Amino acid sequence: MSNAAAMRPGRSALPEWVRRLPEYLMIWVPLLLSAAHLISFSLWTIWISFTPSTLVPVTGWVGLRNYSAVAASRNWQIAFDNLLLFGISFVVLSAATGLVLAILLDQRIRGENVLRSIFLYPLAVSFVVTGTVWSWLLNPGLGIQKLVHDLGWSSFRFDWLIDRDMAIWTIVIAAIWQSSGFAMALFLAGLRSVDGDIVKAAQIDGAGPVRMYRRIILPSLWPITITVIVIQLQFAISTFDLVRALTNGGPGIATQLPALVVYDLMFQRSLLGRGAAAAVLMLLILLAVLLPYAAWRYHQRRRATHA
Amino acid sequence: MRERGFAPTRILIYLIVLLVAAAWLAPLAVVVLNSLRTNEEIAQGSMIGWPQHLAWSNYAAAWSGFCVAETCAGIRPYMLNSALVTIPATIFSTLLGAVAGYAVSLWRFRGDNWIYGIVTLGLFLPQQMRLLPWTIVLRDIGLINTLAGLVLIHTIQGLSFTTLFCRNYYVAIPHELIRAARIDGAGFFRIFWRIILPLSPPILIVTVIWQFTHIWNEFLYGVTFTSGQQQPVTAALIALSAAVADIPQHGVQSAAVIIAALPTLLIYVLGGRYFVRGLTAGAVK
Repeated sequence: MSNAAAMRPGRSALPEWVRRLPEYLMIWVPLLLSAAHLISFSLWTIWISFTPSTLVPVTGWVGLRNYSAVAASRNWQIAFDNLLLFGISFVVLSAATGLVLAILLDQRIRGENVLRSIFLYPLAVSFVVTGTVWSWLLNPGLGIQKLVHDLGWSSFRFDWLIDRDMAIWTIVIAAIWQSSGFAMALFLAGLRSVDGDIVKAAQIDGAGPVRMYRRIILPSLWPITITVIVIQLQFAISTFDLVRALTNGGPGIATQLPALVVYDLMFQRSLLGRGAAAAVLMLLILLAVLLPYAAWRYHQRRRATHA
Repeated sequence: MRERGFAPTRILIYLIVLLVAAAWLAPLAVVVLNSLRTNEEIAQGSMIGWPQHLAWSNYAAAWSGFCVAETCAGIRPYMLNSALVTIPATIFSTLLGAVAGYAVSLWRFRGDNWIYGIVTLGLFLPQQMRLLPWTIVLRDIGLINTLAGLVLIHTIQGLSFTTLFCRNYYVAIPHELIRAARIDGAGFFRIFWRIILPLSPPILIVTVIWQFTHIWNEFLYGVTFTSGQQQPVTAALIALSAAVADIPQHGVQSAAVIIAALPTLLIYVLGGRYFVRGLTAGAVK
């Protein structure tokens, strides 16, 4: 500011663009760096996925060979099946939990603020911490099963963590615990914005609470429900830390997920081409979720502006 | 719906909500209790139990005693690493995001919508798409396995979020205000400093809390681009549980977990309202 004043006498001496250089730099450098890294990094990773790169990136063209190798690997197949199972069950269950909690909290109950904070606090904690803690709780020799045994019920079994078929559900449990609060927060905001007049009118017409929720309140929540589902799916697709800390993909490779396969291919097996192909596949899965959502949002907005 | 139902329904509602709340608090309670039990005590029973006497020594051991890999300096150096990454990256990304958000929403320039659109794609692009390129970039500029490298990554990647947050906040500022200031001869920086920043504290708090929490809790980049003494605390925790797998030290590990989670938990307790606002602002992209 004092600079500008001091420069004023010689103002005409400097060309406009020189005078405004700091401003241009400040506007463009961060934005360009951000945009350029997003575009170039994506294109580069896509390109690598078509090359025979292994330990180091090399030029060359192998077509879709990396993709077919990844898709044919047991690791990826298990990861993909797990993603379907984990993604769908986690998203449905956490949205349902969040919705129920939001409806219950919306009944003018005491201590709502404290309860809300309790349901949301896991979101402030790293997945590494959450995963570690749940790995203790679910470890049959340490956690819940051990406790119940010590209490005298020795035939009790809760050993999903070491059970190949059930281990993926431990991740579902931990993920629900960690992020149902998020769904709750969004649903609660939605419930609070339901038109009070419509609710009152329905009450005057003699609608009971169940009918009210089924006919009026829940239908008005569906745009929020879609948002919740999409965001939770986005989280599910890129889940990495939680699994790393909770099961590390095990037992065996029973809880493998795409993000772990990418990491394994890139940094443990040094198969850069295949790792990049797996990363692009992850991106495609994500786009399969996000593109319809973006189209729907666009449609909604257009309808809103035209109405 | 906000009508008071008859008593049994209300009792049922409280019962359910309190049960769920107990379930949500249970993991935290278990770790806190474990952090005060000796390793032997835990080994005899289960992870779930009441401390016989308070073993505060777990915290001392976790902070500066136990060994990760060959170094026995506790969790302290890794906490320091996390702080040295998180604090600068939070400040840089927030400030740059505020300027960028102001530029695209109020200052306006040719191509602003385009570049803003591209930058916000960063909210969706999986980290896995950027892992290899970052490896190469960091190696080429000599920042691989350094904290500065992580600061760079988190600053650039954080821009997508911070720009979005600030832009969505600034669009509500009347354009006339900016136009009038420009007619008075105020430039880009003067308007930012005199008009925008004084209006910004609410969004800056949201952004800082969001960035701090995310960078502190980040794991993938930490474990990929740093090793050994350079690791942030999330990566060190994983290394720790691998290192002690043979002789578990669950008391000390619990204390380490609590210490690692404390900064973001504290921020949540102090600024919960802003934390939630960030969550929902991020959701309504």
